[in-house]
Amino acid sequence: MDIIKKIKEAGLKGRGGGSFSTALKWELAKKAQGKEKYVICNAAEGEPNVFKDKYILDNYLEDVINGIKIAKNFISAKSAYIYLNKNYTISEDIGDIIIFKKDSGYIGGEETSICEAIEGKRVEPRRKPPFLTESGLFGCPTLLNNVETFYCVSKIAKGEYNHSRFFSINGDVLNQGVYELREDITIFQALKETKNYPEFDFFAQVGGGASGEIMLPQELNRPVFGAGSITIYNREKTDKYELMEKWAEFFHTGNCDKCVPCREGAFRIYEMIKERNIDYDKLDSIFFSLKKSSFCSLGKSIPLPFESLIKKIR
Amino acid sequence: MIKLKINNIEVSAKKGESILDVAIRNGIKIPAVCRHSDLEPQSSCRLCLVSIKGRDGFFTSCSTNVENGMEIITDSPEIKKLRKINLELLFSQHIEQCSQCNWKYKCKLLSLAKDYNIKITKFNDRKKSFKEKKFGPSIVFDSSKCIDCKNCVQMCEKQGIGYLTVKEKDGFFQVVTDSSKECVYCGQCITHCPSGAFEEISSIEKVEKALEKKYVIFQFAPAIRSSIGEEFNMPYGSISTGKLVSSIKKLGAKKVFDVSVSADVTTIEEGNELIERLNNGKNLPMFTSCCPSWVRYVEIYKPEIVKNLTSVRSPHIILGGLIKTYFSEKEKINPKNIIVVSVMPCTSKKYEILRDELKVDGLRPVDYVLTTRELGKLIKKNNIDFKNIEEDALDSPWNKPTGAGVIYGNTGGVMESALRTVYEKLTGKKLKNINFKEVRGLEGVKEAKVKIGNKNINVAVVNGLGNINKIDLKKYEYIEVMACPGGCIGGGGQPIPINNEIRKKRAQSLYKIDSGDSVRMAHDSLTVKMIYKEFLNNKKNIHKTCHTTYFPKNK
Ligand code: SF4
Ligand code: SF4
Ligand code: SF4
Ligand code: SF4
Ligand code: FES
Repeated sequence: MDIIKKIKEAGLKGRGGGSFSTALKWELAKKAQGKEKYVICNAAEGEPNVFKDKYILDNYLEDVINGIKIAKNFISAKSAYIYLNKNYTISEDIGDIIIFKKDSGYIGGEETSICEAIEGKRVEPRRKPPFLTESGLFGCPTLLNNVETFYCVSKIAKGEYNHSRFFSINGDVLNQGVYELREDITIFQALKETKNYPEFDFFAQVGGGASGEIMLPQELNRPVFGAGSITIYNREKTDKYELMEKWAEFFHTGNCDKCVPCREGAFRIYEMIKERNIDYDKLDSIFFSLKKSSFCSLGKSIPLPFESLIKKIR
Repeated sequence: MIKLKINNIEVSAKKGESILDVAIRNGIKIPAVCRHSDLEPQSSCRLCLVSIKGRDGFFTSCSTNVENGMEIITDSPEIKKLRKINLELLFSQHIEQCSQCNWKYKCKLLSLAKDYNIKITKFNDRKKSFKEKKFGPSIVFDSSKCIDCKNCVQMCEKQGIGYLTVKEKDGFFQVVTDSSKECVYCGQCITHCPSGAFEEISSIEKVEKALEKKYVIFQFAPAIRSSIGEEFNMPYGSISTGKLVSSIKKLGAKKVFDVSVSADVTTIEEGNELIERLNNGKNLPMFTSCCPSWVRYVEIYKPEIVKNLTSVRSPHIILGGLIKTYFSEKEKINPKNIIVVSVMPCTSKKYEILRDELKVDGLRPVDYVLTTRELGKLIKKNNIDFKNIEEDALDSPWNKPTGAGVIYGNTGGVMESALRTVYEKLTGKKLKNINFKEVRGLEGVKEAKVKIGNKNINVAVVNGLGNINKIDLKKYEYIEVMACPGGCIGGGGQPIPINNEIRKKRAQSLYKIDSGDSVRMAHDSLTVKMIYKEFLNNKKNIHKTCHTTYFPKNK
């Protein structure tokens, strides 16, 4: 059976957070016309409290490389890149796969920005369409997947895929770390099975240490989402302003400053929170504009953590 | 042909057009601050939002192309609200200095602030402490006005320079200068900036002082006559030579001369030099040198072709030199008491006049340069009603330009004038069709093969500095380069806005003057003939006023 059928059967979806059908993406990249084609493995992983790609690279590099090679063959790519977080290292021999070290902020992990970076340009997202599968790196059809997705492809090819997924669990927990669990596991079960379910009143941030949504204990009966992280905060001991300030600083300094709502909006959020002087009308306006008029998904994702925290934790 | 609906009105469009362009063409207003039609859309101001039936969310119309059957809505309560918020955020990073701003009453930001009834001080100004930086004697960048659209960066890159760039500083990616590069003072950053963050370094005060106590002579470039009217709300391309003269006279100038006349001297000298180089085969291709940004670019970035630049001075430098020698002698005025003010479409000319090698008998040929915009400001400051002022005539002897001199303001104009003259000089015959249409127009590179007697001359016109890297220099004998897109009619000192529609109108007006002129050849100009007879009749005078040398510069 060919690989695309297997991927389809496995129902694999991208593990970078976007959850796009992997088989469909691969077919688009294969069908696209282009002089050259490229494969990129996104190992930029840049959000606080998300470490699963690092864990996979450290422990299962062979499978990741194998997945990349399968992709490269499948679309007949000229070359393949690993776009690597600047604090991560790959010291093993990985053949002709090119390692490109990311040296930009959070925005550097956005897929079109990755192409700009590898091309040596200013790291800013491009407008879409065209999508990478039509016109990506150097204007050529490009297949970009996350580290974990390539790992899964390798497992699928070997017939070893068991619908598992990697989760970063951390914060105020006893056993923090990266765990490989069932892909449809609920947040509650993930905490229980890893012996991390808190005994105190808490809230969790799920899906990313900055852009993740705040969830209350009674809301945990649903699968983990986003980048697969669960961060636990002791409700009583956590200074909510401090937490929000951390997120706000992260967005303000990690964005690319291209568009008005995100460049100026993220800064004003940071300013108001830092000064502990929040004008909720202004804040709501900025959130509204971020969600509806940001250039890229980074800006659109900023309001969620703040809004869910403000709404749920008084 | 694509059919679509905007606000329920059926319109048609071409494939590849943006929603914004189609809307504008159909008279539908969409606010768009960061869009400049010369550049790739930045899509950064997020004001031009529209919604599209059947699709989620909002789309920036400047960067979304039309599709058949699209139904677009350009306004709604949500869109209004978003525009309001984004405008307030834009103003939070823009220190308003409207009274001295280049845009002033033409400012899109201010008029939108009114339309959307926003409070421009909703947030405190985050750029209060941002600094000013001067680029040589030509340009000043006030980063506290910058709204970070990055148009200037894209434009400077397009010019092939890259002096403006983006760097991270204090948590923001900001427009900064790259110290490993040199600015060539073309001023295209000024004309592509929506927030007035760039301006020329003003010489208005110095000129005002001179007007008080000196013998001040004004001379204006070919490109001014079809653009200055815009500063007074006249239609694009209005020819206002006579009003220009009378307004300048009102300011107190003793004489007003037309640089187009000395452009004819440039043409003759440059034609002679070209013929000489064609005959001895040395230093070909020859390049024009009347654009100081181009000359500076060569000296810094392409020193190996410095020797290929024509040695002829630019028209206003020649005229300044003639004023302080030939004219002053004739009028018995001490040249030291004469102040020559050039009105130029150009910020680079402010730099050119300071080049020491251009001095004539120890004096600078031109003392001050005012851009078209600065002259506009000065005229307004003196409450002169430009639009309705009675027309006046230029002063003798530099009052009768030929068509060849006037089209110098357009890209391809120097080339066309030179070809007319070189043809007649080399063949001794009258040129039948004197319009060299191949070298006109707004393409980045234009080429022509011209048969002159038994010689085939290959020429190229480079329109916009960055295009110099698109041609193979070895293929040509003569190349014109103008740094500004469109040539000087699109110069960095011209009224804003500037785009291709406006460039075309300004250019057409110059061609109209040319085609209506009875004398259209530089060498047929009676004024020029007289000057050659009376003053430029020996090598020494010709050399001192009309020629110069250039030097490779270290970056
Ligand atoms: S939303 Fe805008 S400023 Fe923010 S990262 Fe995306 S493009 Fe850059
Ligand atoms: S004047 Fe020209 S070269 Fe200098 S910064 Fe502006 S665009 Fe760049
Ligand atoms: S200086 Fe002007 S053109 Fe440049 S980024 Fe700022 S606003 Fe835009
Ligand atoms: S093209 Fe004209 S306006 Fe532009 S820099 Fe050259 S001389 Fe000045
Ligand atoms: S004009 Fe479209 S985003 Fe600025």
